[in-house]
Amino acid sequence: MGERVLSLIIVGVLQGGVYGLLAMGLSLQYGVCRVLNITHGEFVMLGAVLTYVLSSGLGLNPLLAPVILGPLLFGLGFLLQATLFRALKTRAPSLAAFEGNALLAAFGVLYIIEYVARISFGSTLMPSYYLSDRVSVLGMNFILNQFVTFGIALLLGVAVYLFLNRSRMGKAIRATAEDPGTAGLMGVNTNMILAFSFGLGALLAAVAGTLISTKTAVSTGMGFSNTVIALIVVVLGGLGSVPGSFVAGIMIGIVSQLVAGLWEPILTVPVYYAMLMLLLLVRPTGILGKK
Amino acid sequence: MDITRLVSTHRKLLLGGFLILILIFLATFPLYAKAYDVRVLTFILIYVVLAAGWAMFSGTTGYMSLAPAAFFGLGIYAMAILQHNLPFPLIIAIGGALSFAFAVLVGLVTLRLKGMYFAIFTFGLVVFMTEIVQYMETRLTGKHGQSIIPIDIETLFYIMVGVAVATVLVTYLIRRSRWGLAMLGIGGNEEAAEHMGVNTTRVKVFTFAVSSAFMGAAGVVAAPVLIYVNSNIAFSLYYSFLPIFMAILGGMGTAYGPVIGAVILGYLDTTLRSQLFNYFYLGFGTIMVLIIVFLPSGITGLVPLVQERIAKLTAKSRKGGQGQQHANT
Repeated sequence: MGERVLSLIIVGVLQGGVYGLLAMGLSLQYGVCRVLNITHGEFVMLGAVLTYVLSSGLGLNPLLAPVILGPLLFGLGFLLQATLFRALKTRAPSLAAFEGNALLAAFGVLYIIEYVARISFGSTLMPSYYLSDRVSVLGMNFILNQFVTFGIALLLGVAVYLFLNRSRMGKAIRATAEDPGTAGLMGVNTNMILAFSFGLGALLAAVAGTLISTKTAVSTGMGFSNTVIALIVVVLGGLGSVPGSFVAGIMIGIVSQLVAGLWEPILTVPVYYAMLMLLLLVRPTGILGKK
Repeated sequence: MDITRLVSTHRKLLLGGFLILILIFLATFPLYAKAYDVRVLTFILIYVVLAAGWAMFSGTTGYMSLAPAAFFGLGIYAMAILQHNLPFPLIIAIGGALSFAFAVLVGLVTLRLKGMYFAIFTFGLVVFMTEIVQYMETRLTGKHGQSIIPIDIETLFYIMVGVAVATVLVTYLIRRSRWGLAMLGIGGNEEAAEHMGVNTTRVKVFTFAVSSAFMGAAGVVAAPVLIYVNSNIAFSLYYSFLPIFMAILGGMGTAYGPVIGAVILGYLDTTLRSQLFNYFYLGFGTIMVLIIVFLPSGITGLVPLVQERIAKLTAKSRKGGQGQQHANT
C-alpha cells in the first residue's frame, strides 16, 4: 500500500509538470493581456492533433514536432491578439468591459478552432503514444514518456521564468502587465508586447499538447477538458503567477493520480472543484498569488 | 402623418397590441400546427427561458456566468428522479427551488470575489455536475441514463409558454425596479455602487439564484421532450453556450433582446443543426466573433441607431419642404 501511494505520487508529480506548462501559458495570457483565454485548450488540442498528423503522416519524431508547431501556433496567437483582442480593447469603455467581451469573443474562437479541426481531422481518437516502454525505478514501474515529458516541461518552465525575470523583453512584458499606460510612456511598444505574450502562451500550449499526445490518445474534442484543468491550476496558483502555476500544476497532478488510483477516476474533476472552493474561501489570491 | 411620429406617440398601445398578438399566436398554435412544429416551438421557448435567464443576471451585472447548463441539467435530473413519485407541476417547482438553492451556494462562494473568478468557476461547474451526477447515478442505479415517461407535447408546450412568459416578465420587472438599478450600478462600477449603499453581494447572489431557478424549471419541462437523458445530455455544454450566444445576438440592453436572439438561433438550431452539424458550429463561432466585434449591443442595439437615422432623414426632408414653402411665399 505504502509503495503504491508513493508510486502514485511520483507519477502525479511527473504528470503535474505538463499541467504546470498548460497553466503557465494561460496565466501569461491573462496576466499580461487580461484575456481569460478559454480557447487555450483548443491550442493544446491543435498541438496534440497536429503532432500526431505530422508523426504518422510524415514520420516525424513527435518530440520534434514543436519545432514546426511552436512557431505556427505562436503566429496564430500573435495574430489573434494583434487583430481581434486589440480591436476589442480599443472599443471597450473600461477594463472590466474588455475582459467580459474578450471572454465572449474567445468563445467564438473556441468554436471556430474546434470545428475547423473536426472538419479537417475527424472526431475519432488517434493513437499517438510515443516512448511507452516500461521502466522500473527502485522496484516501481513507470513509463518512459512520463519522465521525458516532465523533463521537457520543467526545462521550458525554467526557461520562461528566466526569460521573464532576466531578459530585457521579459522586463517589458512585466512592465506592461503591471501598468500598460506607463510602460507605453517609457517607450515599450505595448501592442507588440501584448501580441508577443499571447503568442508565447499559445506556443506553450502547443508544446503541452505535444507532450500530452505522447501519453494519451488524442482527439479534436480534447480541448475543453484541458481548458478546465488549466483554469483550475491557474486559479490555484494565483492568476498571473508563473511559478505558482507550476507548483499548483504539480499539486493537481498528485491529487489526480491519488483520486484516480485509490478512489474513482471520474471523481478527479469534482475533487479539483472542492479544492478550488476551499481555496477561494480561504485565500482568494491563490497559493503564490500577490496582492 | 409620418410613421415615426405615429410610432412614438402610440408606442405603448402598439407594443401592447403586439404582445397580445404574440400571446394569441402562442395560445392557438397547437390547434392548427403539426406536432413536430409544436415540438420545435417548445424547444425555442426553452431556449428563450435560458437566454432571458442568463441575460437577467449576466447581462446587467457584467458577471459572466458560463453555467446555464448546470442549472438546466439539475432540473432535468429532478424530473428524472421524481417522475414516478410526484405530480408534474410540483416537480417544476422543486426543480426551480433546487436550482435556486444550488445557485445561492455557488454564488456565496464565488460572487464575493470580484473579477474573473466567477467566470472561471462557473466554466467548469458543468463538468463538475456531469461527472458527479454520473458517479452517483451509476452507484445508486447501476446504469448510466434514465428514460422519461413522455408527456403530451401540447401540455408541455402550454406549460413552457407559462414559464417563458414568467421569465421575461420577471426580467422586465426587475429591470424597472430599484433592484435592477442596483444591478446596472454593479455592472457600471461595482465599487461606486457599494459606496452608494448597495449591498452588492446580496443583489448579485439573489439575482443569480432567481435566474437559475427559471433555468431549473425549464429543465424539468425539457426532460419529457428529450425522452431519454443521461448526465452527458442533461449537462451538455451546448446548453451553456447557446443561450449566451442568443442573448448577445439579440442584445442585452432590453428585456426582449435575448428573446429575439433565442427565437432566431433556436429556430436555426432546431432545423439546421442536425443537418449541417460541424459546419453549423463553425458558422456559430464565426457569427459570435463578428457580433462581439462589430455589434456588441446586438440586434436590438441597432434599433436606436436606425431610429436616429430615420429621424435625421425625416427632419432633413421636412426642413427642405419648409424651405421651399418660404421661397414660395
